[in-house]
Amino acid sequence: MSEIPSVTLAGSALQELLPPLSEQEAVTESARCLMCFDAPCTHACPTHIDIPRFIKKISTGNLLGSARTILESNLLGATCARVCPVQELCEGACVLGSEHKPIAIGRLQRHAMDYVYGRKIDVFRAGKSISKKVAVVGAGAAGLSCAGELAKLGVSVTLYEKRELPGGLSTYGIIVLREPVEVALAEAEMIQRLGAMLEVGKDVGVNPPISELQKNFDAVFIGVGLGNSPQLGIPGEEYVLDGLEYIEQSKLQPAQLHVGRDVIVIGAGNTAIDCATVARRLGAERVTMLYRRTEKEMTAYPHEYAFVKLEGVTVSFLSQPVKVHHEGGVVKALECVRITLGEKDASGRAAPKEIPGSNVLLPADQIVKAIGQNKLSLAAGLDLKTDKGFIRVDSNFETSARGIFAGGDCIRARGSASTVMAVQDGKLAARAIYKRLINHG
Amino acid sequence: MADLRTNFAGIRSPNPFWLASAPPTNSGAQIHRAFEAGWGGAVWKTIGAPVLNVSNRYGSWRYGTEKMLAINNVELISDRPMEVNLREIAEVKRAWPDRAVIVSAMVESKPTAWHDVIRRIQDTGADGIELNYGCPHGMSERGMGSAVGQVPEYCEEITGWVMDVAKIPVIVKLTPNISDIVMPARAAVAAKANAISLINTINSIMGVDLETLDITPSIAGRGGHGGYAGPAVKPIALNMLAALGRDSVVHGSGLPISGMGGISTWRDAAEFLLLGASSLQVCTAVMHYGFRIIEDLCDGLSNWMDAKEFATIPDVIGQSLTQVSDFKDFDLSFKAVARIDQQKCIRCDLCYVACNDAAHQCIDLIDKQGRVIAPAAYDPSSNGRIDAVSTRPSVVVREPDCVGCRLCFNICPVENCIQMVEVAPEQPSVTWDELTAKQPEVAEDWDQMERYRQKMGIRIH
Repeated sequence: MSEIPSVTLAGSALQELLPPLSEQEAVTESARCLMCFDAPCTHACPTHIDIPRFIKKISTGNLLGSARTILESNLLGATCARVCPVQELCEGACVLGSEHKPIAIGRLQRHAMDYVYGRKIDVFRAGKSISKKVAVVGAGAAGLSCAGELAKLGVSVTLYEKRELPGGLSTYGIIVLREPVEVALAEAEMIQRLGAMLEVGKDVGVNPPISELQKNFDAVFIGVGLGNSPQLGIPGEEYVLDGLEYIEQSKLQPAQLHVGRDVIVIGAGNTAIDCATVARRLGAERVTMLYRRTEKEMTAYPHEYAFVKLEGVTVSFLSQPVKVHHEGGVVKALECVRITLGEKDASGRAAPKEIPGSNVLLPADQIVKAIGQNKLSLAAGLDLKTDKGFIRVDSNFETSARGIFAGGDCIRARGSASTVMAVQDGKLAARAIYKRLINHG
Repeated sequence: MADLRTNFAGIRSPNPFWLASAPPTNSGAQIHRAFEAGWGGAVWKTIGAPVLNVSNRYGSWRYGTEKMLAINNVELISDRPMEVNLREIAEVKRAWPDRAVIVSAMVESKPTAWHDVIRRIQDTGADGIELNYGCPHGMSERGMGSAVGQVPEYCEEITGWVMDVAKIPVIVKLTPNISDIVMPARAAVAAKANAISLINTINSIMGVDLETLDITPSIAGRGGHGGYAGPAVKPIALNMLAALGRDSVVHGSGLPISGMGGISTWRDAAEFLLLGASSLQVCTAVMHYGFRIIEDLCDGLSNWMDAKEFATIPDVIGQSLTQVSDFKDFDLSFKAVARIDQQKCIRCDLCYVACNDAAHQCIDLIDKQGRVIAPAAYDPSSNGRIDAVSTRPSVVVREPDCVGCRLCFNICPVENCIQMVEVAPEQPSVTWDELTAKQPEVAEDWDQMERYRQKMGIRIH
């Protein structure tokens, strides 16, 4: 098992960016909430947490009730309090946002979550057994949410996780600045205390085969997420680091992570921003993000882009890598070509076109790519119907194979993938599975 | 700039703001500093019978982020020797001839005790005397304070003893812990007092500590009622002030009234003046923020008076008193409805839930297509800022169904977003008194009332 940092890298460059709210800060901030009726923040939250209700409970000192309100809608409330793009969700919809400052909903949620996790309070217990068994493949946000909701309903759940630790991207792929590893692991432990059994190091499809799960369980939920970055297809690519692996090492073995002095990050999504942030914080003198389109098309959230600029990262737009220059495997530079944008392509964005002869050499001693994630092969192995490589599901999150459900990033053919959407998928899938189980003996 | 000078029963001060008899006026050193800050006068913390105090004297009502919406106390009258107080009173008066120095007194209910204390106060050169008939705790257990104020006959008798020897103006301070404030005020009039002040503090238990289950504040595990004051009591004080202003005996006597009870800002002060007070006393706001608040009390009041073209304090006094009426004299035909400014509305929907749950169900949620929808009618699979904001319904008042209760106006968090708009009356003007004088049966029989309503076209929602 990987070594888990015992502290949240307190005092280090990577420690959690926002400090917890003090008791008084939380009470003062919660008192600002207007308690909107049928509140827009609740609508904006993909899991529809009753936000005014949990905030009111903070203001009255009912922190246990506050935490329960959150967890009733979102079992991974501690992760979501930290990683949600609140500017695009709850806080973005706050009625105080237009002329004043929106309520700090994310940080208040974290305050309530820290209360129960800090005191080791289990808010829920396993439901009365209904003598049904469900296998959940993948212990990321979708899988943990699904497993926890089923356990609450009295279903016997076994979670199969390929990696050594549960939590998925929360454990491996979200930088500590946003979410420390311990937070993700504490949530997985809470789900286990609810009764879900966790088996790690189990690559379903290889060992055990999926047929075994279909045989031994009443239903299966697939929440396997996505894989590593796709290939760039350029010479010298073998010397380019994978962004998610880069972040993983910064979380689990920060001391061993080698960071260059002159780092180029290829990509302009939120993972690219995280990679650039880690590189800057761990000592890179110059960090440049490279994107073949413009600021308008970049997939990173505007607030993330604003953040990374403050970190001292520069972005080179309209640049496409064509070759890694190295000497005996030691990276020296990245050769790029300038781009012009043409007609809209299939993705609805302007298609990049290379400008011949515009090649430049950008000096670099480390290159990281974060250009999206590959789809995993599990769906193909199961012969499930797919949509652009993502597993296709119906409104009940059931795949084309009866009894096999799926949720999270592996089904997110449209819209941007996020932890909170995965949690909602897992929750809704769990309800659909439960309904199936009790209706079909 | 408005003239704030005040002449209250012959007691002059450069502005109407006096410190009330309370902890801020406990010593000469404090009052020196208060006068330096600009206070027009001070009512010395009550001197009189010997006492001993306890710790944990003050309780506070915290409400939301407001640290002291109200205060209560079990502090007694001055616990400093009378000689010391009298010496300091004389010193302060000598140093501040233009300020009002009034001394509050409370002694045993014996003519000799009162005669003695009044004479000694007069010897200091003080401008006036306030009789403390209001202290609701401790002293009342010894037959003083509110034990006097609650019995009009005692008020009259003791005030009479005081008036026998008084050579300077005497103010009778009333307790609000009584069913009709007019009665002790009339007693003061009958005893030929020179003025009245109100209100003293209200009986209260501040709360219970949910950890220890002790009364708060806890005095070695015990607690009890204390005198309640501060912003939360202002409406009660205003009502009692207006009650005196509307009483023919009290008002007819011409006795000036010094108003107090929750005055924190110049706005509060102006309201007390408008309802008939001719000097103003302040305590809790000073206990919270210190003497410096006098600056805005005077500045704000003066600017408001200029804007309203009031040249002097007497021009303001009692201007709103004539509007104070009884229900029976209200115009039943007056109609106002709530109107929501859609440009200002932030869509918190607090008016909707208040109207729907607690009033008359006349606010609708209207979607972008103009349809009335139920709360939370959105597709649960929709989410995000844009979905939530762009599909948020509008709140619209169904004006024909609005009874004009004004609840939505009161709770709306946006200034001037909901207005109560006067609309044309649907019936001729009539008050309840006028109506029932002509048709007494409508007040006695629901069938008669129903006929009257049908005839007049009055619809009940």
